[in-house]
Amino acid sequence: MSGPVFNTAEFSGARLNCQRGGRMVLTNLSFRIASGEAMVLRGPNGSGKTTLLRLMAGLARASSGALTWNGDDISEDLSAHGARLGFAGHLDAVKSAQTVRENLFFWASLRGARASDVERAMATFGLSHLADITARVLSAGQRHRVALARVALSNAPLWLLDEPTNTLDDAALNALRNTLSAHLHRGGMIVMASHGDSLLPQARTLDVRQTQPASAAA
Amino acid sequence: MSGFFAILRRELTLSLRSQGDVMTVIAFFAIAAALFAFGVGPELNVQSRIASGVVWTTALLAAMLSLERLFALDYEDGTLDQLVLSGVEPVAMVFAKTIAHWLTTGMALLIAAPVVAMALQLPAQAYGALMISLLLGTPTLSLLGAVGAALTLGAKRGGVLLSLLLLPLYIPILIFGAAAVEGAILGVASTTPYAVLGGLLIAALTLCPWTAASALRHALE
Repeated sequence: MSGPVFNTAEFSGARLNCQRGGRMVLTNLSFRIASGEAMVLRGPNGSGKTTLLRLMAGLARASSGALTWNGDDISEDLSAHGARLGFAGHLDAVKSAQTVRENLFFWASLRGARASDVERAMATFGLSHLADITARVLSAGQRHRVALARVALSNAPLWLLDEPTNTLDDAALNALRNTLSAHLHRGGMIVMASHGDSLLPQARTLDVRQTQPASAAA
Repeated sequence: MSGFFAILRRELTLSLRSQGDVMTVIAFFAIAAALFAFGVGPELNVQSRIASGVVWTTALLAAMLSLERLFALDYEDGTLDQLVLSGVEPVAMVFAKTIAHWLTTGMALLIAAPVVAMALQLPAQAYGALMISLLLGTPTLSLLGAVGAALTLGAKRGGVLLSLLLLPLYIPILIFGAAAVEGAILGVASTTPYAVLGGLLIAALTLCPWTAASALRHALE
């Protein structure tokens, strides 16, 4: 999937701390990612990968530390920050009562994408033949592909993906790999939580637990 | 602005497709009102005496029915995350969803109210007042409801909590809504109840969407 090249940008977090339910999940974590770069978050279950992605999206709030986009704190304008990112979490946000095309078209219209973008995103993720059936009958993998197609047509420079390879078959994995590298070529950024093999050999790895002294001692 | 209309259109499509949503509200409204009628017996004087209060009380309870789902379904399937990240101002999103709620419940109640009132022997001169008071009052129910639904989001048994939170707040609307109808029955001008209902609506319009939007942000954290 090609498109205009994104402006160069830099997204970084400094000394992030985050508490969930009275427990420190992230301790003193810093990162920096620039246009055309990818970062894979690693760590065991419960180590805070999802929390970090939600912090990056502005959905959750850090107890301390700052997230900045080109030097501007993202909390100053969370809506603007939302508009520059595509997010695929554990939940697919697919409405069963609508067809695949209607689902994607809604999100495309919020992002100012065209109908042709929707068709192309569906073709990329092998959803074209499912376009007019209600999402109620989709399998978990197919729903997940709809969620990834939504990210692909978001036209946003920053993609935040939480375990995107879960439930995907080989064809969809290939489609995802191609889409991700095309996004990087456009000057996009990708942050991805993953357990398995990285889809992106060029990606840097950020161990979410690395900077956590308590766990290092244990 | 285009985002606002896109969300509004989608909300309406979804609630019309999951048929039953609108019908449930109307059916509940009619059945609850009928229970009152059976409860007080066939005495026509008594029925027409309590009709205004019964119609308003049951309309208010019916409006509560679908409120729990206003944000909860979107919260559970991840849509709320995506909506907050879509670049549409959360206030506009809350507004669109609240208007959709009113169109699918408040409007449905408005259409069903004359029939229910007729079954309860509401005197003929009171129908105008009933419709005007519902038209002014039900949007406030939806707006306050949006705040309640956002505050109880993610809570266990949020529905019960929602009722406990909202029903006391609905009392002023009930009092002045029923008073407007009462006034019409007695042939008194209903300007004061209308003014109060209108004032409550304006206050709710200016305060509720913002309150609900910031409550949603907290619920997502």
